[in-house]
Amino acid sequence: MPFACIYVPNFPVAAALRAEPELQARAVAILEGNPPLEKIIAVNEDARRMGIAPAMTKAQAELCSDLALRPRSPLQESAAHAALLDCAQSFSPCVEDTACDTALLDLAGMESLFGSLSEISCAIHQRATTLGLEANIAIASNPDAAVLATRGLCGAGAPARACVAVIPAGKEAEYLGLLPIEVLFPDRLEGEEQKEATRLLETLDRWGIRSLRALAALPEVALSERLGQEGLRLQKLARGAASRTLVPIEAPLLFEEAVELEHPIVLLEPLAFLLNRLLEQLCARLATRALATQELRLTLELANLTGIDEESENVGIPSESDGSSEISTASQIISSRQTKFARILHLPQPMLDAKIFLKLLQLDLNANPPGAPIVKIHLAAEPARPRSAQGGLFLPPMPEPEKLELTLARIAAMVGEQKVGALELLDTHHPAGFRMQRFVAQAPPEKPQKTATSTEESIVTALRRFRPPLRAHVTLENGQPAHLVCKKKDVQGDVLWKAGPWRFSGDWWEREAWSRDEWDIALQNSALQNGETIALYRLVHDLLGGGWFVEGTYD
Amino acid sequence: MSSAVVSTSAAQGRPFFFDDEIEPEGSSGDSRPRLSGRAQLDQHPPENHPQSWIPSKILPSTVTPASRLEIRPAPEMVSSGIPAIDALTGGLPRGCLTEICGPSSSGRTTFLLAALAAATRRGEFCTVVDASDALDPHSVASAGVALDRLLWVRCGDNPPQRHPSTPLRACPEPAEGAGSVTEKHGNQKEGCPISRASFAREAGISSQAAFEFAPTESHKSERRLEQVLRATDLLLESGGFGLIVLDLADLPLQAARRIPLTTWFRFRRAIEHTPTILLAIEQQPIAGSCSSLLLQLGAQNSSEETMRWAQSNSSREAAVWESPAQQCRVSMKKENESRRDGTVQAKRSEGDGPALGDVTDANYDDPPSIDTPTHAHLLTELNINAELIRSRLNRKPARSVTFATKTAWAG
Repeated sequence: MPFACIYVPNFPVAAALRAEPELQARAVAILEGNPPLEKIIAVNEDARRMGIAPAMTKAQAELCSDLALRPRSPLQESAAHAALLDCAQSFSPCVEDTACDTALLDLAGMESLFGSLSEISCAIHQRATTLGLEANIAIASNPDAAVLATRGLCGAGAPARACVAVIPAGKEAEYLGLLPIEVLFPDRLEGEEQKEATRLLETLDRWGIRSLRALAALPEVALSERLGQEGLRLQKLARGAASRTLVPIEAPLLFEEAVELEHPIVLLEPLAFLLNRLLEQLCARLATRALATQELRLTLELANLTGIDEESENVGIPSESDGSSEISTASQIISSRQTKFARILHLPQPMLDAKIFLKLLQLDLNANPPGAPIVKIHLAAEPARPRSAQGGLFLPPMPEPEKLELTLARIAAMVGEQKVGALELLDTHHPAGFRMQRFVAQAPPEKPQKTATSTEESIVTALRRFRPPLRAHVTLENGQPAHLVCKKKDVQGDVLWKAGPWRFSGDWWEREAWSRDEWDIALQNSALQNGETIALYRLVHDLLGGGWFVEGTYD
Repeated sequence: MSSAVVSTSAAQGRPFFFDDEIEPEGSSGDSRPRLSGRAQLDQHPPENHPQSWIPSKILPSTVTPASRLEIRPAPEMVSSGIPAIDALTGGLPRGCLTEICGPSSSGRTTFLLAALAAATRRGEFCTVVDASDALDPHSVASAGVALDRLLWVRCGDNPPQRHPSTPLRACPEPAEGAGSVTEKHGNQKEGCPISRASFAREAGISSQAAFEFAPTESHKSERRLEQVLRATDLLLESGGFGLIVLDLADLPLQAARRIPLTTWFRFRRAIEHTPTILLAIEQQPIAGSCSSLLLQLGAQNSSEETMRWAQSNSSREAAVWESPAQQCRVSMKKENESRRDGTVQAKRSEGDGPALGDVTDANYDDPPSIDTPTHAHLLTELNINAELIRSRLNRKPARSVTFATKTAWAG
């Protein structure tokens, strides 16, 4: 039963490089500790060539001007670890979370899906690279042999072939024998484990044991007399004979990326670059799991600005409509030191396009700026099944959802969020009984109705409304409008003929009660260029307010 | 004669000559490309008769006038929703700009709603870019438009809300979307239509200060027009809509005429070879030669006739209620009254309050007499005259048709 191991060497450095890909060509060192006692805990190969080594102080490292120093970021490491597990779970459902930098996966039965073991190992390496991780891949017949083999492979920066190893079954001892003795212990051990590992390594070094082959050749009884059961365990590992069962995990579908900034961002333009990077990482992870997203949650941690009345800084605009609007929720959580600014981007359909997401977020942040410098960015995606649509040659055209969403966001930024969308009539007789809802182009095409009755019914006299209605001065004769003067729209003149009134009222049980008389009138409008033109209007008498209004024209 | 030959020769600047009879390819054993007409003669002049080759002897009988070259495929025509209009024009052409113009109360919106209803019945998605925010939702629903397939862009005077207190400066929007706006407005840079905010920035004052003074009517119209054009640009770029309507009917004519012709050309180019119908509703034709179809609408009843009715009826109080269209339907009055009463009763049964639509309310001060016409009386069969002004599609002479509308009870 083959097992594959994915191992990310120099994990803190790899996490930092994943967050900042532009550092790939530079020497990078990761610092940890409280200032001014910060020490280097990990370096990449370029930094090692420059003489930088772990345990150096920050002051010593700063002497090297070309060295990029980055503080250790638990957020970046957790995101990189999640990406590692995503990579593993995209190949096998049985994945063990061995360490923060190591994942084991059971490849039993996967050859029929992904090809030979060497092809699988190359595919895993390629996918890890897509996710921003330079990983070593090894496949062996037992998990521990695979783990040791990955630790012995070349580090980051080596060619892909050097990062991949497939150990044939039965030849584990032969392959592992070439590896140094240090691969028996993980890179990062803490506390008593580290002391014990250091003691064992010193002991083996004094014995002249510097490779796994030498350790495997030691007599078992003598080894157990001197090193105990731990010595026997290490010897089994060195022979590739250790066997155990995987402890599979069921990783939750959490897709979150975060970045902590050294210096606060005060412009939205650099924020867009960071968002783009986070979105690309999120989309790559979602694509790895064959998922899309329908909701993006952006949380910005803002620097505490003195002199700002936090209560009055109500940046978020609660939506007037239901939760189906695009940006429906915005909140500002006041903490003791820093302020959090959250935006939630609801999408009508599952999408997976980092560029579209970025533009939507840009448009939203342009309309609703955070209001303070940003020190931390947290972006989370709610996974959803990707939409599946079957097109047809004879179906009517339909807007592409991604393009349409972006178009709607741009138009909303121009005319206002509540002024673009689809109509929804409310269950009321009030003239303004409608609301705008989100326009979604996903309704299945209905069968064309080419009946004569439906065509005839569609020719109805339409009303064009004046928003707001035009206040009019009406001269009455026998209680009926005879002359109309309206400053705006040049609607004025004698009433040629009229019909009405028709009384409408409603909501009398609420404070917004309304009652009105409607007239349909015809005016010979002297203000029009063509004096012979007659226009039909709807004249409304507000019985509660007492005013006359021209509500619209029949056209 | 194939259109490919014509366009290729014309594009390469070579002289070409058209033959009525083209020998089909493969009829001879020569595999070289065969040139016909004058192009062939230019390369291989007749050696035996160098002096006798006179183009003027050939041209009159063989050259096809350019006006008869049908190099463009005829666009697909779809129903406008009004059979009379379809009979007049053949429908609305896809991939073309159609202008519907007319004064107020001439039936433009009726036509618009009928076209929308027909498009949504075909399963297409439609957009109305409403320059005046004048669309009536109840009329739209009554016309049979599928509301979930209609995108309504309400251009208006209220700019989107901003938070001026933010210390963050907004970055420019990525230029891919609205980048198709290529016309120049004065000293404005390409791709950015004039906006008051940008003008204020250039003038060195804050945009907030620029909006402090009360905007005049012309400024409002300019702002609406800017929104309409930008929204249309974005929608055309997005694609996928079957019908895009530019409702410029209430826009002042002076403002509508300020739309550059290049904008209409750009719109026309954007929808070319797409199934989208671009429909512009306006008071007078403003797109010039960019529109493939131009219809002039107007009420059929002339004002003189109406005035005569009004004067003749002024002596009779009861008759002054009648419109010209009603006089021939006096016999139908009772029927319509009963139909309307039935509608009111139906509304009452919906439980939306006892006073809704209550014409015969007991506490009404001056209830209309029994002869008073209803909404339906006044507006039913409002006859609309549609005149085909120009059509570049079938070169039909100017004709006109008349169709009647019904009243939708949407109160």
